[in-house]
Amino acid sequence: MTASRRVRGPGLVGLHVVTGGRSEPSRNHFDFVTTVRISGPGLERTGLSPEQRRVLELCQPGALTVAEIGAYLVLPLSVLRVLLADLMERGHITTNGKFYAVQAADREVLEAVLEGLRKL
Amino acid sequence: MRGSASSNPAEGTHLRGDETIVKIMVAGAFSVGKTTLIGTMSEIRPLRTEEVMTAASVPVDDLEGRPDKSATTVALDFGRLSLSPELVLYLFGAPGQQRFFPILRHLAHGALGALVLVDTRHLAQSYPVIGAVEELGLAYAIAVNEFPDAPRHTPEELRAAMDLSEQTPLVFFDARDRPSSKNALISLASYLLTLLPERTR
Repeated sequence: MTASRRVRGPGLVGLHVVTGGRSEPSRNHFDFVTTVRISGPGLERTGLSPEQRRVLELCQPGALTVAEIGAYLVLPLSVLRVLLADLMERGHITTNGKFYAVQAADREVLEAVLEGLRKL
Repeated sequence: MRGSASSNPAEGTHLRGDETIVKIMVAGAFSVGKTTLIGTMSEIRPLRTEEVMTAASVPVDDLEGRPDKSATTVALDFGRLSLSPELVLYLFGAPGQQRFFPILRHLAHGALGALVLVDTRHLAQSYPVIGAVEELGLAYAIAVNEFPDAPRHTPEELRAAMDLSEQTPLVFFDARDRPSSKNALISLASYLLTLLPERTR
């Protein structure tokens, strides 16, 4: 999961983290807004569950967040995370790697949010 | 983007996967307009999924008196808004009750902040929600959803009733109206920026 990271630095962290919120970033690789995309389109899919194949089909045209996958496939997120972790281990999917970590909120991101909202 | 299957339910909404994703919680009591706001702002059809809280994470809840309930399901309503080609905002609504706390904490992790919706016809229902958001450690703005038949109060009266700090933004808006909803989000985002210098290292 630490492979090529061409995206901007993370820093997508709520202010609460700074003010003493808990830190548990290691276990949970699948926040509901983590994006999932296919990384091994040619990989053999035998051995995958029907649900896992549906995940791959859904993400065939492009990336989706965990919450979107859960909504479209009608899978509770807790169940979906297990399926995704397995798919990731097998090399079928990758994520955008922006697992929330304990660090300060990013001024640049907040400014971009504000600017984006004003332009709507 | 060519989808091989035209029946893909997410068709036309796929992301590249390298966007920066941010999320803002939309909090508030039942039927205060959370889902309406999300629908007003979302560029995709608003979606719903579920998070299940298992027995291990369910706190003892004397008030509810349901000791045999082993799992609680929390509905997660959300919508999505592209703020630029590189930046995507997710708005998610979740029930504000204290008993959903472990799951709220989980969902709120990494959120930029919360917009707390208030209905002045049921003002007292917002108190526990505000308490929960504060306990989550999320910075928030109050957005009073102006229902046509709701009593009108001055901002000062509302601030006093909700015991808001001076800095907490309070805006009046209509969750069905896009410019108005957008304005409520802008007030939150502006506020978050003001908090940054003193909270960063």
